[in-house]
Amino acid sequence: MIETRTFNGTTLRKDFPILAQPTSRGKRLVYLDSAATSQKPQAVIDTLDRYYREYNANIHRGVYEIAARATDAYEHARATVATFLGVHSRDVVFTRNATEAINLVAYSWGNRNIGSGDVVLISELEHHSNLVPWLRLCERKGATLRYIPVDANGRLLLDDLDERLRGVKLVAVTHVSNTLGTINPVEEIIRRAHAVGAFVLIDGAQAVPHLAVNIAELDADFYAFSGHKMLGPTGIGALIATHAILEEMDPFLYGGDMIGTVGYHSVSFNDVPYKFEAGTASIADAIGLGTAIDYLTALGMDAVAAHERDLSAYALTRLAELEPRGLAIYGPRDPATMCGAISFNFADVHAHDLASILDTQGICIRAGHHCTMPLMEKMGWSATARASFYVYNDHDDIDALIDGLKTAATIFKV
Amino acid sequence: MDDFYRDYILEHYRNPHNFGKLDAPTATAEQTNPLCGDRIRMDLLVGDDGLVADVRFSGKGCAISQASASMLTDEIRGKTLEEVARLGKDVILENVGIGISPTRMKCAMLGLRVLKSAAIGSIASWPDEDA
Ligand SMILES: Cc1ncc(COP(=O)(O)O)c(C=O)c1O
Repeated sequence: MIETRTFNGTTLRKDFPILAQPTSRGKRLVYLDSAATSQKPQAVIDTLDRYYREYNANIHRGVYEIAARATDAYEHARATVATFLGVHSRDVVFTRNATEAINLVAYSWGNRNIGSGDVVLISELEHHSNLVPWLRLCERKGATLRYIPVDANGRLLLDDLDERLRGVKLVAVTHVSNTLGTINPVEEIIRRAHAVGAFVLIDGAQAVPHLAVNIAELDADFYAFSGHKMLGPTGIGALIATHAILEEMDPFLYGGDMIGTVGYHSVSFNDVPYKFEAGTASIADAIGLGTAIDYLTALGMDAVAAHERDLSAYALTRLAELEPRGLAIYGPRDPATMCGAISFNFADVHAHDLASILDTQGICIRAGHHCTMPLMEKMGWSATARASFYVYNDHDDIDALIDGLKTAATIFKV
Repeated sequence: MDDFYRDYILEHYRNPHNFGKLDAPTATAEQTNPLCGDRIRMDLLVGDDGLVADVRFSGKGCAISQASASMLTDEIRGKTLEEVARLGKDVILENVGIGISPTRMKCAMLGLRVLKSAAIGSIASWPDEDA
């Protein structure tokens, strides 16, 4: 049973060994790039360590004790993911990351279900991971890729959605924008898409770490996310999908573990979800993801979301102090509809120069196009700086960011 | 890295030399730095004597890429295309000097790479990766 903990970012900092390490210049590490990847708590690091020290073995095959223990732990992690997201274990397919989960759908489901003349609808906000697979699928199949537009603040424009949904077979949208931190109204999109018989994939890479998500209640047909952005190890993510759809889908990769029986001239496949997990899995990483979810569950996802709303609100207020000096904040500037990330630029200082100057002060932010090149082009931003937050951040981190930006302003004489 | 942003670098960033495009360049190339999206175009005009008579660069990006490119363009008039093609990373490092962190080296080298690409008429390697 997991104990609930009350927390603030400062008290959690000590759970994350990397945050206790000063930078090479002796500065406190101020990590504001969790949208790229999160840091890992000691509990997750211990889980990986324990697996390799105590029961490293391949799963689903060995008859000996440590193999059974590894298999149990791996399947227990699957159950933990399922409970966390309100779905059944058998509908959780482990993948390397969100990107692989989306590609799995684009190939296994898309190859069979998208044909010449069909339409796939995505949004102008998408990360390249939820854009390029559909672009290529549509090119392969002679299908059309259509976009839900965004307004100047990066909000999806849904007034004409019913119009845009005409003839659409699949809608693929992100739950939360990695560039602007905006939460999209995916419930409404799913409802309206289902009303015209379209399937829906939600890219939850930036949502699952930050919000309470119940995929069954959302009624998404496909939902993808990555473990490394939610305190878990790299190399593990998942695709969650409706059972009947998974049953009908072809496998993605072929090889060991995903088969039923194999002859020299014939093959049958394993049950869902195993038929989608070819080859030796990221066993330690899956088990580590389970620990990360236990950690988040102990905090409570509503508390996590509230903590991030507080950080967003505080960051917006403090960043606004620099507006007279030329700081521009992008996105809706409404903490209630944001989670975890704020994009900005500062006068004529390029985002990369800002990031370099902040780096000398131990502050890690992201600069660039954030894997959303078409969005940047549309908005007319050549690059933005992005600060993103997670459970271990506190007001001190944001104060450090503001001080760092003031230093950059001094160096650049703005 | 703070030491990098000296006054003359910021001066080149804000008021780049030889900025713009040539109407009828003899050689031209344009490339981006895939890491950050910075983009630079270089236009060269070669006279009948085989020497670079004029040069312009255009593009957008960070202070490092833009100032490096600006300073580079000040140095190549009077060179042959072969000489331009042989330029190494030192020409940049001498200009921008100390303090470039490894993560920003590509920004500093982008202008030179584009210039060399224009000179050889195909895509040059990254100067910082040359032996
Ligand atoms: C919205 C969104 N989708 C997809 C991804 C891809 O995640 P991964 O690289 O872990 O596959 C990211 C990660 O940056 C993201 O932010």
